[in-house]
Amino acid sequence: MIVMKDVYKKYPNGVVAANGINIEINRGEFVYVVGPSGAGKSTFIKMMYREEAPTSGDIIINGINLATLRNKRVPYLRRQIGVVFQDFKLLPNLNVYENVAFALEVIEETPQDIRKKVNDVLALVGLTQKVRMFPNELSGGEQQRVSIARSIVNVPKVVIADEPTGNLDPDTSWDIMKIFEEINARGTTIVMATHNKEIVNTIRHRVIVVEGGLITRDEYGGEYAYES
Amino acid sequence: MKARTFRRHLRESFKSLGRNSWMTFASVSAVTVTLLLVGVFIAIMMNLNGLAGNLEKDVEIKVIADPAAGQEAVAALEKKVKATEGVLEVEYSSRDAELDKMIKSFGDELNLYRQSNPLGDALYVKAKDPHKTAAIAKKIDTYDYTYEVVYGQGKIEKLFKVLNTGRNVGLVLILALLFTAMFLISNTIRITIVARKTEIGIMKLVGATNNFVRIPFLLEGIWLGILGSLIPMAVISIGYYKLYQEMAPKLQEELFQLLPTTPFIFQLNGLILFMGVFIGIWGSFMSVRKFLKV
Ligand SMILES: Nc1ncnc2c1ncn2[C@@H]1O[C@H](COP(=O)(O)OP(=O)(O)OP(=O)(O)O)[C@@H](O)[C@H]1O
Ligand SMILES: [Mg+2]
Repeated sequence: MIVMKDVYKKYPNGVVAANGINIEINRGEFVYVVGPSGAGKSTFIKMMYREEAPTSGDIIINGINLATLRNKRVPYLRRQIGVVFQDFKLLPNLNVYENVAFALEVIEETPQDIRKKVNDVLALVGLTQKVRMFPNELSGGEQQRVSIARSIVNVPKVVIADEPTGNLDPDTSWDIMKIFEEINARGTTIVMATHNKEIVNTIRHRVIVVEGGLITRDEYGGEYAYES
Repeated sequence: MKARTFRRHLRESFKSLGRNSWMTFASVSAVTVTLLLVGVFIAIMMNLNGLAGNLEKDVEIKVIADPAAGQEAVAALEKKVKATEGVLEVEYSSRDAELDKMIKSFGDELNLYRQSNPLGDALYVKAKDPHKTAAIAKKIDTYDYTYEVVYGQGKIEKLFKVLNTGRNVGLVLILALLFTAMFLISNTIRITIVARKTEIGIMKLVGATNNFVRIPFLLEGIWLGILGSLIPMAVISIGYYKLYQEMAPKLQEELFQLLPTTPFIFQLNGLILFMGVFIGIWGSFMSVRKFLKV
């Protein structure tokens, strides 16, 4: 499903954010990516949806090799990957429904499909009652639900989340985690970078520890732990 | 492209026009001024081209025979001139007819020359190819009994020179104006792109194709170009029509003729619209290429 081979990433300013990463993630897995700040977690995630290209090494997602993927094909890769961020990235002038539908409109789905898929996914994240509200009328947790709904509305095989609970209080974070669990239960692979020790240690999944651009630990059902 | 997608692009491009209305106004104004000047310039140049052609066609060589030459000598000269290679036609005008012409243009004081006409008979020669006029004139000048050979070539060359200089200066000005208008459009599009950075980012994140992201901006550029060509098209059409109505009858007997309104006005409008669309696409393309890393 996701394979990285000797992935090396050097930013133009000389910072090496990935220093030979090797990993294999199977279909349907739930993987936490933990590690100290500046370790290279976000870089690891960005390379998966080709926001950043690796300097060398191979990244294969759903059988697509990102190293040889032409720029023109990147949009089609992204249609197979849902991405969720710490800061939601919603459009303030669109309401809940429109924010989610947006993701399908720009890939030219039919209005009938859009209506059905958006309503289904809004029910899944529990926002059926708030479809006409705008982001500034929603709590942080609700905004993150919209963002998750948008990431999965096109039924991607992989959902990648970079600190999705980073801006949320503990109770809300648990609610959001429940949604990710639900998505994972439906067979979607999830890769989530997080600093939330409590969550990692409670909802047990595979834990990858990234330090200094390297994977230093990789344990199934592991604990949130790294030497700092 | 699906019709639905295209409608969406249209909608988005119109929204942008309204959203940065000041920049829209500025760039449309720039295009308007540019195309107005370009249109007037082209109208003038195309009409003068006609004039130059007419003048060229009318180039004549005037051969004045030696006043002392007798009837037969002049007749022989006429025969010889007619036989010269490249000569189309020769028209004989007697010395008295020449004097009449002179009196007509310079006044009755010349009447006193009727007693002893100092002029010679004249031959008006037309060349088959106007560009050969000078060469033919030179050749005729070598024949016996010619007193003077004159032709208007020098004047025409001067006129052509003036026209050419005017055309070059105009072209440089037009290019400068076109660049300014294009730059303003490009700037308007840049502002749109910057204002919609978040939206573009999300579009790319969820897998919108590069063209899908680009097309609304290119359309916006086209609208700016088209909006900017409306006033020039109207002003130039009406202006030229009025001018033609007014001037054409007065120019009937003249060498210079205005080009008939049809198809000229339509051609001119087509050209203005084309230039508007062109600078619109070009302007937005510059910004899209530079600021829309897709
Ligand atoms: N676009 C960039 N240009 C240059 N350097 C970058 C860029 N993005 C990240 N870096 C550097 O790469 C290193 C890894 O950054 P990254 O964002 O991947 O860390 P992280 O593990 O996500 O940190 P955090 O937990 O704080 O989010 C850091 O030293 C960072 O300064
Ligand atoms: Mg990070």
